[in-house]
Amino acid sequence: MRRYVIVGTGVAAVAAAEAIRQRDPSGTIVLVGMEAEGYYSRPGLAYYLTGEIPEAMLFPFRDADFRRLQVQVVHDRVEGLDPAGQRVRLARRGWLAYDRLLLATGARAARPSWPGVDLEGVVYLDNLAHTRHVIRLARKAKEAVVVGGGITALELAEGLQARRVRVHYLLRGDRYWRRVLDPVESRLVEQRLAQMGIRLHHHTQVAEILGHKGRVTGVRTQDGRVLRCQLVGIAVGIRPRIELAREAGIATDRGILVNPYLETNLPHVYAAGDVAQVFDPRLGQHVLDSLWPLARQQGMAAGANMAGHRVPYRRSTPLNVTRLAHITTAIMGQVGQRDADPDAGLVRGDSEVWRALPDAILAQKSDEVNLIRLMVGRRTLLGAVVMGDQSLVRGLYTLIDRQVDITPIRERLLAPDAPLGDLLAAFWSEVQAHLRTAAAEDGSPPPREASG
Amino acid sequence: MTHWWKALRALFWQQKARMDGVVVPDNSRCVQCGICSYNCPIGIDVRRYAWEGRPIRDDHCVTCGQCVARCPRGVLRFEALARTLQPTP
Ligand SMILES: Cc1cc2nc3c(=O)[nH]c(=O)nc-3n(C[C@H](O)[C@H](O)[C@H](O)COP(=O)(O)OP(=O)(O)OC[C@H]3O[C@@H](n4cnc5c(N)ncnc54)[C@H](O)[C@@H]3O)c2cc1C
Ligand code: SF4
Ligand code: SF4
Repeated sequence: MRRYVIVGTGVAAVAAAEAIRQRDPSGTIVLVGMEAEGYYSRPGLAYYLTGEIPEAMLFPFRDADFRRLQVQVVHDRVEGLDPAGQRVRLARRGWLAYDRLLLATGARAARPSWPGVDLEGVVYLDNLAHTRHVIRLARKAKEAVVVGGGITALELAEGLQARRVRVHYLLRGDRYWRRVLDPVESRLVEQRLAQMGIRLHHHTQVAEILGHKGRVTGVRTQDGRVLRCQLVGIAVGIRPRIELAREAGIATDRGILVNPYLETNLPHVYAAGDVAQVFDPRLGQHVLDSLWPLARQQGMAAGANMAGHRVPYRRSTPLNVTRLAHITTAIMGQVGQRDADPDAGLVRGDSEVWRALPDAILAQKSDEVNLIRLMVGRRTLLGAVVMGDQSLVRGLYTLIDRQVDITPIRERLLAPDAPLGDLLAAFWSEVQAHLRTAAAEDGSPPPREASG
Repeated sequence: MTHWWKALRALFWQQKARMDGVVVPDNSRCVQCGICSYNCPIGIDVRRYAWEGRPIRDDHCVTCGQCVARCPRGVLRFEALARTLQPTP
């Protein structure tokens, strides 16, 4: 009977456990996680903060689901890994032997080194315990300062605003999330934030967090201003938790390096999810992501391989659909900005692939509420950003992910003032019809777009 | 509730769903946040369907569209039943 040990209780861990159980009905599966709450929806924390869902809704699985899978979930911290002895050391329970080990340890929020960063009132939106803490403090706070680009910073700002805290949002540069969004998109988000009452401060960096009796009282900026506040929300990036792997001699870079079977350089040790740095064939390098669906896919692939089925992981194009200042926004493929800050790190709900500068021509269409940006390559679409109306996203994603030849509409897409939406919708219907006939001729069922 | 009434009610909703279509998830962008399940007036665990990538073929679904409208990630959509009855790989 094979013994499977999985470090972590996040989505990559749970997906791996499901995949193992599908293929190995008798092996023992143990999930070891240091969060008392076990498995919950990490992206859902943002909606818990806004008050859209109660805490109880964050848990997609019940105990019965784990029992059905015959998976044991253990609340403990893995402190050491002994690859020669094939065992891991748990803080409270001691050694645990494995035949196959998965490291699904995720990532943690980066902590800046500013003076005052340890004061009570400095918060992150990284796990459930943090979020509870933010909600508790927000009851008393009148003003907050939020720092960071990307999705989580905005979720903190919007969540606090929804809890009637006045929010100052500090941006290092001249606009919001300039690594991924273009100027038009950033402006759209900023306009909405301003309408919501969030105050934006461009070109503003923290010099020091001020406090009194251990609590936050304000922020001093590098240009010498003082913003009074009782809360400081930080979302300046994430760091994959690679220490355990590195100390055991596993090859790491920014994350744990894995091959297409999600194997590390040590035998019987795998990695998946936010902690794994996975080879991206289109970019020709190993990349990090912090995306729930990709963490799940990697967990599934790792689990299958751990159970003895040699299936390579096919990396799909990173896609995130999220709300930015109430505007539903889809980001997929390579959408990188030429003037982006090259030092900027990865944040939650982010992918290094999006930074990639595509060798592409830009086609863009916008009205007041809806916006499409296409990165048009020589024969295929390389990436897209869609804000507002999302009806095109499924089709667009398939065109990008499957590298569909767009030659029939390429010229028209690039014409000035091209009706991008109409062109894409018509082309997508043709492609769909084509895919279905091809599948019917094969005798195989029709392909399902986007999801698999 | 008597047996015939239950059967009749199920049949009614089945017919209605057939006319309106069914809710279909695209699980490549679902983050399991639970907003859909929380807002379903019938208490259907929509999120689980999304995890499994299955259309919501629950006789109790009244196709009210709450889950579709509230999902912050555009995971859910209505589809005519005929298409979703095709085998899904
Ligand atoms: C506020 C927020 C918003 C987000 N928004 C989006 C979004 O819009 N779209 C999107 O796709 N993704 C989003 N994400 C990212 C998404 O949640 C992650 O990509 C996903 O959770 C990664 O799953 P994972 O299983 O790899 O790691 P995690 O979910 O981080 O789980 C890892 C677990 O391992 C545990 N662990 C680590 N080390 C040890 C150890 N030594 N011993 C025991 N346990 C250990 C950790 O405590 C943790 O519980 C967001 C995340 C946050 C926090
Ligand atoms: S609301 Fe949308 S993203 Fe959230 S669990 Fe439901 S389908 Fe998934
Ligand atoms: S359409 Fe309405 S009844 Fe049906 S699953 Fe969605 S919320 Fe529930």
